[in-house]
Amino acid sequence: MADLSIDFVGIKSPNPFWLASAPPTDKAYNVERAYEAGWGGVVWKTLGEDPAAVNVSSRYSALYDHNGDVSGFNNIELITDRSLEINLREITEVKKRWPDRALVVSLMMPCEEQVWKRILKLVEATGADGVELNFGCPHGMPERGMGAAVGQVPEYVEMVTRWCKQHSKMPVIVKLTPNITDVRLPARAAKSGGADAVSLINTINSITGIDLDAMAARPMVDGKSTHGGYCGPAVKPIALSMTSEIARDPETAGLPISGIGGIGNWKDAAEFIALGAGSVQVCTAAMIYGFNIVEEMKEGLSNWMDSKGYENINDFKGLAVPNTTDWKKLNMNYKVVATIDEDKCIGCGRCYQACEDTSHQAITVTSNDDGTNTFGIIDDNCVGCNLCEITCPVDDCITMDERSEGQPYMNWMEDVRNPHREEA
Amino acid sequence: MNMDNSVNYSQQQLALNQMFKDINPALSARQAGIESSRCYYCYDAPCIKACPSKINIPSFIASIHADDLTGAAKTIYKENIMGGSCARVCPTEILCEQACVRNKEEEKAPVRIGLLQRHATDNAEFEGHPFERAASTGKRIAVVGAGPAGLSCAHRLSLLGNDVEVFEAEDKAGGLNEYGIAKYKLTENFAQKEVDFILSIGGITVHYETALGRDISLDQLKEDFDAVFLSIGLQDTSSLYLDNEDNEMVINSVDYIKELRQATDLEQLDIPKDSAVVIGAGNTAIDIACQLKRLGTEEVTLVYRRGEEQMSATKHEQQIAKNHQVRIKTWSQPESIDVDDNGKVTGMSFRKTYLEDGKLKGGDVQFDVACSAIFKAVGQKMAYPDAEQLIPTISNGKIATFHNQLTSIDGVFAGGDCTGVGQDLTVEAVQQGKLAAIAINEQLNVSITTPLATALSA
Repeated sequence: MADLSIDFVGIKSPNPFWLASAPPTDKAYNVERAYEAGWGGVVWKTLGEDPAAVNVSSRYSALYDHNGDVSGFNNIELITDRSLEINLREITEVKKRWPDRALVVSLMMPCEEQVWKRILKLVEATGADGVELNFGCPHGMPERGMGAAVGQVPEYVEMVTRWCKQHSKMPVIVKLTPNITDVRLPARAAKSGGADAVSLINTINSITGIDLDAMAARPMVDGKSTHGGYCGPAVKPIALSMTSEIARDPETAGLPISGIGGIGNWKDAAEFIALGAGSVQVCTAAMIYGFNIVEEMKEGLSNWMDSKGYENINDFKGLAVPNTTDWKKLNMNYKVVATIDEDKCIGCGRCYQACEDTSHQAITVTSNDDGTNTFGIIDDNCVGCNLCEITCPVDDCITMDERSEGQPYMNWMEDVRNPHREEA
Repeated sequence: MNMDNSVNYSQQQLALNQMFKDINPALSARQAGIESSRCYYCYDAPCIKACPSKINIPSFIASIHADDLTGAAKTIYKENIMGGSCARVCPTEILCEQACVRNKEEEKAPVRIGLLQRHATDNAEFEGHPFERAASTGKRIAVVGAGPAGLSCAHRLSLLGNDVEVFEAEDKAGGLNEYGIAKYKLTENFAQKEVDFILSIGGITVHYETALGRDISLDQLKEDFDAVFLSIGLQDTSSLYLDNEDNEMVINSVDYIKELRQATDLEQLDIPKDSAVVIGAGNTAIDIACQLKRLGTEEVTLVYRRGEEQMSATKHEQQIAKNHQVRIKTWSQPESIDVDDNGKVTGMSFRKTYLEDGKLKGGDVQFDVACSAIFKAVGQKMAYPDAEQLIPTISNGKIATFHNQLTSIDGVFAGGDCTGVGQDLTVEAVQQGKLAAIAINEQLNVSITTPLATALSA
């Protein structure tokens, strides 16, 4: 049985699964239910200055997949709408009752040093394991100069991070917004400011859809709406990419990362960890299915680790980072060609339609006497794009087989077809 | 087609409806959404090729999935104006759903095309009729018989700008949809609602209780109209050629089903209480057997002289019979109808059969099945009216058709069960009516033909 426990910037947790700062971690009742279900840690929903924020009614909307399952989730909820006093009291009590679990407190304050100094002392007194700086909230709070309004300016990120490190002994995790052109810049700033870690991604500016009768976006508040923050399975690819950017960046290499974005099962978690994350945070999946999902996540991760011979999280952490590189370093001599397994083919012809209409006309269609069609690959036309494999509904029916012709590795910088190549 | 169920039924009618609830209930919107997502939107889709009326199935399913039920229904009606009843009565298990590529996957679960088609046609809402008639051609066409073939032909002719007069022997239109389909397949008053929907295009006049050979003649129609379409269906039933076959409790299944479909009260039906024997192996045999069970006949035995494999009822239909606890006896041929001294049917005697060199032979074993009623479902035949002078060429007992549903008589076309092509399915009748209409229109209006696509996109 693999050891799932982690020590993330000094914060110990029996497993890498934390609940992200969000509605599920707004109060003691929810957090204790999460611990009871087996979550390794939580990031308490963002505290702010009193008076507490006030939320609107009608807060979430979603994008659904073909089966009606939620593939993307959008919210316009602000930070906690409960008073600082109540939150701090509950955090103290919960940490006392659950000493073995991670409890990180998310914070969002105006950009004034004294304000941050005061709140840090209060949080430290609760016994919480660390703080996460919410520089990412994309809706509502930026209009007041907080959240993403800070995260989008690297200088502010660095400044506030530095204050936090100066005025607190707690580990400081800086939560990054994806609503920025290059996520490496705020990550570098966080590091310069002394951050112990970064967590990413916060939610992405989003409108999940327009109600075409009401002519307004959802969620609708009295006929009007506003953009929200997007999360759930749909954002995972963006989150993984940003995680890899920071993991690969020489300036931030080694900076601990808490991965967030569309994690709903053990595989998602393993992918973030493979790209360098030391802990993962979950929200949407828990909001859709409840806290019990952590059981399958732990079990699945452990079983997979056993099957691979990984004894602990560090054994596979970051293993995919060296394999995530720049386009220009990819091997130009590598070649794959599609192969269709006729025994498995059900004759839907999606591969043909896709290749013929939108790709390289590399698939043939032959009509059979019984009215069915047989599909084949024209090897010379196939560029190995994978489109047919993607459209094929049958597992392992279309495979992309390597047909490299024995030539050595050669990247674009060395390729004679590149007019800007670097001469040897 | 709007499924308005606000019609006021009597208590008796409601009781009957309850007894004949839909055998294949409609999908909910949620179910339809999920089911529609299962369609692979195939290239050169096998389901279209398998559909006798060539409905663009992947297209209408994609429309359902995109919440465009209007578009879905229009795609269906473009090829098959009786898409609503076909969705209910088509043996999809041997047509579109058999062709679905998902049968070749491990789950072997085709997309439930029939139910999706029903979802679209039941729930699409149109302001008026979905299609607009093309400019008038000034041509008039006579259609004989208001069954699926006749209605389909009339509708397409009207769509293309022609005026149509339909002559129907019965007092209602719909043909077998109204009088012959098992009551649990087309429930409530669906057939008439569909007729109203088809006629709402305008340009079609129906003359009821007007029969060929009695009230009208082909000769006269040819004279009065620019073209004639014959869709007179089948009028006669095959015989068992046994003594006592004229006993009142030896019943033609099609007649009984017709009575049942028109009944508003159980009291109107003569229902065998204890036991009945059904002779036959087609869908009509299955239909009558199941309906008798629903009506309360304790023991229903369906007897067929050959084996299950040879039954023309599909496996799916056979399973429906088994689900209704109908006893199926195969390899048994009727020998006598047994009647007591008072002339009451008491049972039937059978002889076991076997195949020898492909020929059916009677064996040594004989057995009796006690019953108080016998329902014949051994096939229907066309009986072209004796009084008619002008008779198209008949081949194998049915009206012979040539290219484009044309008969041997110039200007006279035919389609549906009275012709010899296909398996006498509703959907085939619809297609034949449609093809005849297109051919008639082209023949009559070569110079002024409105391109079909233009008419349909109106």
